[in-house]
Amino acid sequence: MSVLVYIESEEGKFKKASLEVASYAKGVAQMLGTTVTGVVFNAEDVSELGTYGVDKVLKINNSKLQDFNAEAYADALKQAVDKEVSKVVVVSQSANSKYLAPLLAVHLNAGYASNVVSLPESASSFVVKRTAFTNKAFSFTNITTDIKVVGVSKNAFGLKEAQGAATAEDFSPNLSEEDFSVNVTNVDKAKDKVTIADAEIVVSGGRGLKGPENWGMIEDLAETLGAATACSKPVSDMGWRPHSEHVGQTGKPVASNLYIAIGISGAIQHLAGINASKVKVVINNDPEAPFFKAADYGVVGDAFEIVPKLNEKLKEFKAKNA
Amino acid sequence: MKILVCISHVPDTTSKINFTDNNTKFDTNGVQFVINPNDEFGLTRAMWFKEKQGASVDVINVGGAETEPTLRKALAIGADNAIRVNTPATDGFQVAKQLANVAKEGGYDLIIAGRESIDYNGGMVPGMLAALLKANFVNTCIGLEVEGTQAKVVREIDGGKETVTAKLPLIIGAQKGLVEESDLRIPNMRGIMMARKKPLNVVEPVDVTVQTKIEKFEKPAPKGAVKLIDPDNLDELIQLLHTEAKVI
Repeated sequence: MSVLVYIESEEGKFKKASLEVASYAKGVAQMLGTTVTGVVFNAEDVSELGTYGVDKVLKINNSKLQDFNAEAYADALKQAVDKEVSKVVVVSQSANSKYLAPLLAVHLNAGYASNVVSLPESASSFVVKRTAFTNKAFSFTNITTDIKVVGVSKNAFGLKEAQGAATAEDFSPNLSEEDFSVNVTNVDKAKDKVTIADAEIVVSGGRGLKGPENWGMIEDLAETLGAATACSKPVSDMGWRPHSEHVGQTGKPVASNLYIAIGISGAIQHLAGINASKVKVVINNDPEAPFFKAADYGVVGDAFEIVPKLNEKLKEFKAKNA
Repeated sequence: MKILVCISHVPDTTSKINFTDNNTKFDTNGVQFVINPNDEFGLTRAMWFKEKQGASVDVINVGGAETEPTLRKALAIGADNAIRVNTPATDGFQVAKQLANVAKEGGYDLIIAGRESIDYNGGMVPGMLAALLKANFVNTCIGLEVEGTQAKVVREIDGGKETVTAKLPLIIGAQKGLVEESDLRIPNMRGIMMARKKPLNVVEPVDVTVQTKIEKFEKPAPKGAVKLIDPDNLDELIQLLHTEAKVI
């Protein structure tokens, strides 16, 4: 009766969000007095998982599962749940996990709670705290089914190292033709660029930057910090930046450790999208900008002067602290 | 092609969020309700199929009579028929089950639902609906073309996009990017007048066992005041981020 966790990897490397959900799964397992089983797809070296609380790893090696496929992955995970007689399944909130979790929940006849930010209140009544209204509030949701699927928000629980080593076991789920009825024909992914979903730091620009030609300084600052770049809604609406960078209620929510907003006034919809970020810095020449009320640190002044200067100083700081 | 667009009735994005009844109910007082933005992108794409490829478009919502103005708005935008399942929406699974019950009778080729609603952000309904109907499903769609019974879908993934193909019947989770923001439609007077004459069918719900239950709500703790840094002293900002906030 272990707690099952879906471990995502990319080119054989485990994603940080997956190690975080492993830590979360360990927390639930301790409450329930049981162990953690991780499921990995086409990943060889799984020794790192023991460090984050995974006791046993089911290794699925199948060339047909090289590309993520929600239906096939959900089917494989269901069979792993059946095999382990798991009552709790933990997933991250990556685009892929959010894709497969509702499918898996229906296949398992399990209640699913997404955007969870804390461990259940108790082992007997499975009440979890989740963000709602795009981070403007929390809801305490009781999952009442026998099997429960929990989607844990990024950076909500953190990485918790554990003592132990994971044992590995090969697992070959039976997959059917129907599992492969949605077929990937092309993947277009920016290489060597930090994504908003994975980023610890996000540098975001707004209308105050006056035009797409001024984004160089945002990109430079992001590069120095190893950050992802993002933007406000008007910026993506005007086509200065792609939709995928739009942060806010109708765009992407951000749960980074640090969010730097440059030339963004801070509309309620934008603030909702970044509420889950831990530390917010705002740079704006308007001291009345609503963002100053939501931010931890603020600099009132001309972004075109401040950002390049800040970038230089950060480079010096990094060189000193390397 | 027969299209069903699932419409969630949600508080406008500018709404202040408050709760009543000892923090157990959302306070609708003074709140303007709108079509869920992710659904609106889907509805607009459905209108494109209607106009360019001769599709018919039904819209559906699970909710009480108070959600009808939202369905009427979808009719005014150009949907042909509206269906309201007469029960309050309680959780994603319950909504998906009610939708599935209506959809399985409707013989739809394409069902579009927003990838999540902007109120409860569950992100459950499109996937659960697909699983219940045993239909193909693609989430976070930012592009959709249909030729005959074959669909080509572009979906957003973390850090990029992916193109997939699938046969109809298909369910997609729609989001921004599926159509341009500038293509979203505002109902005109003619549309509003015509919407009054279009059918809005009320169907009774099926029994569903609830899987999740919200026990209470909470608002985030109020934040302390912002620390302002002199633009001529950016070293202080770096030090604060390093030693106090510990984020760099």
